[in-house]
Amino acid sequence: MLLVVEQFLNGLQFGLLLFLLAAGLTLVFGIMDLVNLAHGSLYMMGAYFAATFAAWTGSFLLGALLALGATLVLGIVLEMSALRHLYGRDHLDHVLATFGLILFFNEAVRLIWGPAGLALPLPAWLTVPVPILPGIHYPAYRLAIIVVALLVALLLYLGVMRTRVGMLIRAGASNREMIGALGINIKLLYTLVFGLGAALAGLAGLMQAPILTVQIGMGENILILAFVIIVIGGIGSIRGAFLAAIFVGMIDTLGRAFLPNLLRQVLSSTAASTAAPALSSMLIYLLMAIVLVVRPEGLFPASRR
Amino acid sequence: MKGLGASKAVTALMLAGLVLLPLYSQLSGNIFILTLFTRIVILALAAASLNLIMGYGGMMSFGHAAYLGIGGYAVGILAQEGVGSGFIQFPVALAASAAYALVIGALSLRTRGVYFIMITLAFAQMAYYVASGLARYGGDDGLTVYKRSDFSGLINLSNRTQFYYLCLVCLLGVIFVIWRIANSRFGLVVQGLRSNEQRMQAIGFPAKRYQLACFVISGTMCGLAGALLANNTDFVSPAVMYWTRSGDLMVMVILGGMGTLFGPVMGAVVYLLLEEFLSQITEYWALIMGPLLLLIVLFGRGGIMGLLGRVGRG
Repeated sequence: MLLVVEQFLNGLQFGLLLFLLAAGLTLVFGIMDLVNLAHGSLYMMGAYFAATFAAWTGSFLLGALLALGATLVLGIVLEMSALRHLYGRDHLDHVLATFGLILFFNEAVRLIWGPAGLALPLPAWLTVPVPILPGIHYPAYRLAIIVVALLVALLLYLGVMRTRVGMLIRAGASNREMIGALGINIKLLYTLVFGLGAALAGLAGLMQAPILTVQIGMGENILILAFVIIVIGGIGSIRGAFLAAIFVGMIDTLGRAFLPNLLRQVLSSTAASTAAPALSSMLIYLLMAIVLVVRPEGLFPASRR
Repeated sequence: MKGLGASKAVTALMLAGLVLLPLYSQLSGNIFILTLFTRIVILALAAASLNLIMGYGGMMSFGHAAYLGIGGYAVGILAQEGVGSGFIQFPVALAASAAYALVIGALSLRTRGVYFIMITLAFAQMAYYVASGLARYGGDDGLTVYKRSDFSGLINLSNRTQFYYLCLVCLLGVIFVIWRIANSRFGLVVQGLRSNEQRMQAIGFPAKRYQLACFVISGTMCGLAGALLANNTDFVSPAVMYWTRSGDLMVMVILGGMGTLFGPVMGAVVYLLLEEFLSQITEYWALIMGPLLLLIVLFGRGGIMGLLGRVGRG
């Protein structure tokens, strides 16, 4: 029971983290029609910034805030210097150009911070276990991730659906020429959206940093999961990204936790321990394959325009 | 017509260079260059196979490195299990790649555009994780191939020169097949589908079946490259299938010129030599390579072949 609740929360936490990453990816794709492979690099930069600033200021929270600002600025600079020129180009061009950016970022990090990973230690008040149910404790930090990510998801929803900027963003997604003709500074809007996406990726990176090591290439594997999520959820749909992210986070975590035991019931224990890791890492891809067969446009496609 | 001449001349020069390379290596005593070029020729073969679906078929596969791994693991696993004959290893490598391509292609071709790019990427990553989970065959650490494929005296793969020529013959053979395909009725249908799928369907061609067949042919060819690569490095590991390798292959195709017969070979030669050259200047070669890719995308339309065409035309 304890294990089930714990793994369930872990799945939720991982799913929400994936959502932060997928939301930025799907926003940028939905609005600028840009495929950004370097999104994972922004996630990595968020983690590196946080580790550096936290060591520098001596405060985890201050470091996280500074890192958030730094990824936002980095995203804006990146958009204005390079990615802006890719709008309207072929998707293949996007893939190649941002692939080049990944090479650049990985190497730049290796040059600045060295090849060894960094650690981002947590302050004492975040490491205590919190009782969530009678007799069941859960790490405060993971709980904090869940709360922050849910809050950000809510803010994102309200921001996009209820504010004037959100309205412009949605309008830009459905017809960019028209809102440009109406006198909206579309260039500024695009830069803003990209910065927002970068900050979301940075937030995901810096929150994941204390759980895993901060290392080169940390953004790449998780980026592919984010791709799977937006394929399952439907490209351009934030709601789809949210639901698919939770779903994928759950399946991945629960699969890794319980599949070995389940397999052991059916197979011999050596066969099970060989097959389980491979099978549990395949689970979400199998899920994606099933979704593709049933609904090629994703489970919750953005409404047709 | 002068433009056509320039790219033809450069292609001929490059091919002559590739054919004569072992001679140069022998005379100068530079063994390293032969090893380097063996790798280049093998990856050129992989790039050429990718060009078949990307350049001619318009299918942007971002998971082509998976076949390199599948072909490689077929050789490695068979060798480990005591089957050393190349007459078994190579057909198995090709068949396994074809089977994988059939399944992945059937699923991926339900989508198009960006979805297709992402899906092929995700499936290749799945293959990567599966290979990492193969504890019996080295898992993450990979699998050493202690004995190269044995072709019972017909050709000795441990001899550098013989192995190089085997790879080169395979490359030229694959390019010949691609040339025949591109000019066949089948190839014309596939190219038609690239330009306008709806129209082709309206004429009455079963679009998906043609594309799937093309996808499987390309995957099989790349599986051959994988089997050769495992023999070349005497080693196969999940890293062969890592998605950056798929990206490398894509870059080679674009750099050389998509949809041209010898473009991918040119792309592979230039890309890998550049990588070698930059890594000798600085340890942080990717710091230059990354922005260079960005510039190529922004300003280099049509790749090297396109550039040669423009230079010739003035």
